[in-house]
Amino acid sequence: MIGSMNRIAAMVLRYLYILRGSWPRLLELAYWPTVQMIIWGFITKFFMGHSSWVAEAIGVLLAAVLLWDVVFRSQLGVSISFLEEMWSRNLGHLFVSPLRPYELSLSLMVMAFIRTLIGVLPAMLLAIPLYHYSIFSLGLPLLAFFVGLMIMGWALGLIIVGLILRLGMGAESLAWISIFAFAPISGIYYPVDTLPAWLQPVAWATPSAYVFEGMRAVMFEGVFRWDLWGGAMAVNAVYLLLATLSLLLAFKSARERGALLQQGE
Amino acid sequence: MRAYITAMPQTAIEVQSLRKVFSGARGDVVAVEDIGFSVPAGGTMALLGGNGAGKTTTISMLLGLLTPSSGSIRILGEDMIRHRYRVLPRMNFSSPYVELPHRLTVAENLHVYARLYAVRDRKRQVAAIAEQLDIVDLMDRPAGRLSAGQKTRVALAKALLNRPEVLLLDEPTASLDPDTADWIRTYLEQYRRETGAAILLASHNMAEVERLCDGVLMMRRGRIVDQGSPAELISRYGRRNLEEVFLDIARAEDERVPA
Repeated sequence: MIGSMNRIAAMVLRYLYILRGSWPRLLELAYWPTVQMIIWGFITKFFMGHSSWVAEAIGVLLAAVLLWDVVFRSQLGVSISFLEEMWSRNLGHLFVSPLRPYELSLSLMVMAFIRTLIGVLPAMLLAIPLYHYSIFSLGLPLLAFFVGLMIMGWALGLIIVGLILRLGMGAESLAWISIFAFAPISGIYYPVDTLPAWLQPVAWATPSAYVFEGMRAVMFEGVFRWDLWGGAMAVNAVYLLLATLSLLLAFKSARERGALLQQGE
Repeated sequence: MRAYITAMPQTAIEVQSLRKVFSGARGDVVAVEDIGFSVPAGGTMALLGGNGAGKTTTISMLLGLLTPSSGSIRILGEDMIRHRYRVLPRMNFSSPYVELPHRLTVAENLHVYARLYAVRDRKRQVAAIAEQLDIVDLMDRPAGRLSAGQKTRVALAKALLNRPEVLLLDEPTASLDPDTADWIRTYLEQYRRETGAAILLASHNMAEVERLCDGVLMMRRGRIVDQGSPAELISRYGRRNLEEVFLDIARAEDERVPA
């Protein structure tokens, strides 16, 4: 156990060295969430004068934008950290060390958490002076939403890592684009029942749909819906299971094909 | 050195009936076909062969990076295929074709790997290995900005961080000038003498193999076509040096190669 923790710490340290060594990377982490927040802040201001639905809960769009970025940053944090190993052709060294695949996965998840905090916290804080909206006014439910979305991002990130291992660097773009397929069905800016009836079951198969419905319940009705949060965590458990299985299969396949030594640009 | 090997009769690497077949859309490709060999603790064995002979595939299987199609690998008494995590902390690997993260400094890279291998007293060990391999001046430089020769020395430092009992080296002196290459060979000889480690290396430098290795495995088209000490092979083929033996084997038709 101590050995495992030590190896996970080693990998986290390795990724922190990369972040520390490049200020543009740090800036990039916070850049998009901040830009998104500014854009949606102005949109919110406009709608507040023209839409009663938005006016009912100040910040509903801003909160949605900021929370959606948690999923995106979390997924990206896992897959980009792994891609760092591919870009530097370092996988061969890592997998002849005592580092186990699950330890690498856990270190990627820790890094995703750190990168997400670096990315979304500045935007969350900047929204307070800019729009007089504090997402922290959600209180403890914010933590629950954050956890639910973070786990979803981890699971998607690990599935993408598996696909990159399986398909090679050609699958790199999946790290950037795949999350956007979930956006329309996650009920980020509108309730799930806005979607066509046939698409709603698909939406309920995403943890994010439960989280954003839960967020609106807090903001509009002032209640924390445990059923929705439970739903999010149950679907997350399925996602994590699928992610673990796909990653294990990808490692097995990579070992059979010799891909661990040959990966790189 | 010989006395040391005699005192440690344990077999460090034992390979039996090892086979690797890659399956693809165009059919199966046999990369390694039914090879077997052993390396004693304190011994140095070379894998020689032309491009595509199966050297890298063999080393990859020994490292656990590649799953064999059949056969067995035991390293330091452990079944490498089933229990590689029991033995990986006791071995290490260096290759000019597998790089260390470019953006990390040499010191950062070595500290990360020291942690991964659970090296005790990491700072002291990293400093000591840097001193021994004469890379102290490189410690604060990003690994990606080193020359090829410097990268080779840093990769070797990483490979020796955990004082491995089994060391696998792919072209350990590639890209090094003759002086530095000679220095590295001397260092490896000294390391083996001091630790009793077993070394398996793949190299295209025949003079290096003659100097460092007790045994040579000649590979061709995935098979071991001959083996013995450098002196035995030179004598058997009636040649002046190992390079001429290598050329004989590499250019020979199957029926001309001695069994």
